[in-house]
Amino acid sequence: MIEINGVSHSYGKSKILQNISLSIKESGITALIGPNGAGKSTLLSLMARLQPLQTGSISFDGQSVSQTPTRELAKTLAILRQDNALSSRMSLRDLVGFGRYPHHKGRPTAKDHKAVEEALDYFDLQDMSGRFIDEVSGGQKQRALVAMAFCQETKYLLLDEPLNNLDMYYARSLMKRLREIADTGKRSFVIVLHDINYAGAYANEIIALKDGTLAIHGTPQDVLETNALQTLYSMKITVTQHQDQLIALHHL
Amino acid sequence: MKNIGVAIVALFALSCFSLFVGVKEISISDWWQTPQNIDLFFISRIPRTLAVVLTGASLAVSGAVMQMLARNSFVEPSSVGTAQSAALGILLVTLLYPGSPLIVKMIVASITAMIGMAVFLAMISRLPVTSPLLVPLVGLIFSGIVEALTIFIAFQTEMLQFQGTWMSGEFSGILRGRYELLWLCGVLAILTYVVADQFTIIGMGKDASINLGLNYKQVVIVGLFILALSTSLVVVTIGMIPFVGLVVPNIARKLMGDNLRASLPWVAVLGALLVLVCDLIGRLVHFPYEIPVGTVLGVIGSFVFLYLLYARPAHAR
Repeated sequence: MIEINGVSHSYGKSKILQNISLSIKESGITALIGPNGAGKSTLLSLMARLQPLQTGSISFDGQSVSQTPTRELAKTLAILRQDNALSSRMSLRDLVGFGRYPHHKGRPTAKDHKAVEEALDYFDLQDMSGRFIDEVSGGQKQRALVAMAFCQETKYLLLDEPLNNLDMYYARSLMKRLREIADTGKRSFVIVLHDINYAGAYANEIIALKDGTLAIHGTPQDVLETNALQTLYSMKITVTQHQDQLIALHHL
Repeated sequence: MKNIGVAIVALFALSCFSLFVGVKEISISDWWQTPQNIDLFFISRIPRTLAVVLTGASLAVSGAVMQMLARNSFVEPSSVGTAQSAALGILLVTLLYPGSPLIVKMIVASITAMIGMAVFLAMISRLPVTSPLLVPLVGLIFSGIVEALTIFIAFQTEMLQFQGTWMSGEFSGILRGRYELLWLCGVLAILTYVVADQFTIIGMGKDASINLGLNYKQVVIVGLFILALSTSLVVVTIGMIPFVGLVVPNIARKLMGDNLRASLPWVAVLGALLVLVCDLIGRLVHFPYEIPVGTVLGVIGSFVFLYLLYARPAHAR
């Protein structure tokens, strides 16, 4: 269980997050949604200890992110950042392999190699595994980064807009795979998503942020609702139904 | 192309050739026949060749590490003020404690090198990541300032000639007993290889490092320590040698990528090869006189540097 307690954050005078408290259940997919500038990425990076907490506390299964040694946390949670400024020239296999670093500390064993091969297979990267990261497309790079985070085999995986740069085929296939893994009950995902229909179709729970505060925390049925979405995004959105699935028509 | 064995054989062959280049003519068949020849070999020829190889490998490895720490492939210790800071340290300690032993000079040089590097890293952390070419420019300006300060102090204290020996690297003065500190550079290079993965991760950025459970600050400090020590070792024994740390890691990067575990052996061997070739050119081009290796490298290195700058600006980090 992830527990977030009274977290506020500001850069200079601008308040990014204001007194966020919530708990995220184990196993399953939790989607983090909200308009631009709502504080989603900041919340995620605070959860992943990439920035120090200013106020409040965050813990994963009782391990506080500000007090647990960072190398221990690297076995509990992994993050995929949105603005990945990764410029290292590395083969995709090596890059994915570095996801194993928290486990092998520079001395990979047969188990680590096996995990890397599995991740490459799972994310369809085997054919291009020898190519350098600066020689593949944006979507392929994104998949390699997801595979790297996946390879870290942490119980919690925080993904900041993992569908960035992915075409429809790979976006859907990534979400299906995450759903598959979540259904085994071994791993939990917190995913920042911009497309609320993906959130509605694949998440167990949705957390909506607006202007740095918690707007809604509920099931997809609670959130994919005309009034709720219109208030959240300050725009006209109609929610309709296709077979059993709620669909937000936000593009019309 | 990717067989490091070939490069090692080439290095070994050139090293052997280097043993037979010098004012006194010695051939492979008679070097062991007179005691004078044997002495010449063990006092001058072998130490010089070893010094060249160790220096080249060390400079190149330092360049690769610094490029990871600064996350920029256009920097190396002698182009961003680290080597200049070490030279300033040597000058200061020589002025303040004239009779101090070499080891004290070494320590002071390492400390000033470390300070110089910390100042440089603090400056570039404020630069926008979107313009990677600003980083080497800031480095050049900073090293220019440190160098100017050093020359000013040397000028005022009539130490200019002495200062010149640290500023321009050359191997002609290397004899047995005057190069052994360089073995420590070899040890530091091996140490770098042992923790190569950590430097590779640092090169992926601070967020990636934290995510993979690395103590970012601690690894950076270890890196600074290794760099400061090996840079000042080279400055104290040989003097400043430009471009090796810049050119060699970039070539290795093109071949092998940024995974130091795979590329460091290449970096070390290619660095040794480059300096050895330049030293041989310096010895042969105006035989029996010598041109300092730093001068030869300045000419060759600047062309390669320009090529690297213009050949792929899109990949500048």
